[in-house]
Amino acid sequence: MFTLIQIELYKIFNRPRTYIAFIAIAALTIIVQLGLKVDGKEYADFVMADLKNTFSIDGKIINGYFVCYVLLQLLLVHVPLLIALIAADMISGEANIGTLRLLLTKPISRVQFIIAKFIATCIYTVALLIWLAILGLLLSIFIFGTGDLLLLKNNYVVQLQQNDIFWRYTGAFLFAAIAMITVAAVGFFLSLFAENSIGPIVATMSIIIVCTILSTMSLPLFNLIKPYLFTTHLVTWKEFFDIKINNQNETIAGSIQNPAKIINSLTVLIAHIIILISITIFIFKKKDILS
Amino acid sequence: MNEIIKVTNLTKQFKQITAVNNLSFNVNSGDVYGFLGQNGAGKSTTIRMLLTLIQPTNGSIEIFGLPLQNNRNEILKNIGAVIEKPDVYKYLSAYDNLKLFARLNGTRPTHHQLMQQLEIVGLANRAKDKVATFSQGMKQRVGIAIALIHQPQLIILDEPTNGLDPQGIADIRNLIIKLSKEHGKTILISSHLLSEIEQIATRILIIDKGKKIIEDTATALFNPSQTIVEIETTNNEFALQQLQKSKWLTSIQQHTTNTITFKLDKSQIPTLNSNLVEMQIQLISIKPRHSLEDYFLRVTTAN
Repeated sequence: MFTLIQIELYKIFNRPRTYIAFIAIAALTIIVQLGLKVDGKEYADFVMADLKNTFSIDGKIINGYFVCYVLLQLLLVHVPLLIALIAADMISGEANIGTLRLLLTKPISRVQFIIAKFIATCIYTVALLIWLAILGLLLSIFIFGTGDLLLLKNNYVVQLQQNDIFWRYTGAFLFAAIAMITVAAVGFFLSLFAENSIGPIVATMSIIIVCTILSTMSLPLFNLIKPYLFTTHLVTWKEFFDIKINNQNETIAGSIQNPAKIINSLTVLIAHIIILISITIFIFKKKDILS
Repeated sequence: MNEIIKVTNLTKQFKQITAVNNLSFNVNSGDVYGFLGQNGAGKSTTIRMLLTLIQPTNGSIEIFGLPLQNNRNEILKNIGAVIEKPDVYKYLSAYDNLKLFARLNGTRPTHHQLMQQLEIVGLANRAKDKVATFSQGMKQRVGIAIALIHQPQLIILDEPTNGLDPQGIADIRNLIIKLSKEHGKTILISSHLLSEIEQIATRILIIDKGKKIIEDTATALFNPSQTIVEIETTNNEFALQQLQKSKWLTSIQQHTTNTITFKLDKSQIPTLNSNLVEMQIQLISIKPRHSLEDYFLRVTTAN
């Protein structure tokens, strides 16, 4: 199994297509960082305009933590599309270039084959998020420095002390990894049914777009299915940046306001992964390879 | 003879279409087994079932004396295969492709062994070049190198000369002969190019519409007791009138404006020749036609 995973990773990281996602993330991150470096003060004034009428705000609002939060809000919506490029190509791409039939004449079981391919997809997904973390968090800290994180929620403001932030980002990135692996599982599952990668890539993106619309529209019919849609839970990473308050209205350092929501979202996402991969294995085991 | 492949009553049904119909055959150790059929006859489906790419609807397959269904990995370790176009990873070099597929077979060949394999298929000087820059014939040779790198006992080649130029076809033919004679490999090769099979096969199976038409040694098929003789005359109408009065009438298979075809025993050809002269039929040519191609076309058309 280890050899199979190694081979799959070797193939993924030797393909030029793989690096499109890394380049896209680097380009977007650097553009946003450059924009905030040049016009960060105007941006902060605009965002905090209402708040400044009520509160006196001191310190550096545009710091590395804040920039990373902005980047995550912008990028985590688009990263699924980049993940679909690889995940939806994992089986269909092999069928398309004709290597699937050659691979399956080798002494490896089909179950092992699917699991190794999916693990390699997960490693690619995590590598993409690590890249995002390096550029989005570490590079932002390097450029903008650190400070408290001030976030504007719908009807309240959250202020996180700078020594209470890094672990939240770690949690958010770990959560994002599960969320993105769910997206990868959708693409991977769809790649089973096609003999070229365009169809599954477009289908994955369409599913994400449709489910995101269903997740965000507040209609009674949609409200019934929302809790079960994976897209509803993709943005739960933001919960890591909500803090509990005590009876004296003071924030409790190291706390999360709604950990149950994170656990619920993780459960739904992991259930999606398990179900999708199980169905993929079940179908692939019986599939006639005609490509 | 030791049976390497034993196929019994193999059937594959795709919805309404029966691609392979109750097919049985055996491949013995050391055979170069020619698997012949026109396009769509069921050759590739059968080969894919032998390689577990397609599940049979019915029937059984035993390879190396073991049921394929329960011993898949053990059996596949000893098989090297090229299935139609041998597509490999175009963004990798020939060397890297070979190394990658060898590892999938559970072997870790040395640099020397990899280069030696590429040498055999004539690609040692292009070992580090990306396959994307290769011609179809070179890609075919990479596929064959992949099929051979783990020293399999059985080699299955599905239409291995497809898309190759005459030199490429000759190279592969020579390689197959060498693998059989010098290395003692058992080879199953499918083709619709009859001239290819004719030159290398020791035993031949002809299938049509998924059914076995005939399975025999190449020698028997090339020398059937009955052979086809075609004559060309200066006046076919006169020749036919004369022949209708003779004992040869029952041997006539068909006639056109220029030719008359007989089916008869080889030993009768000299007598026919002298009788035609006696009947004052002026001959332009007399040709016995007993190549496998004639045989193949005859049996598949008749079926």
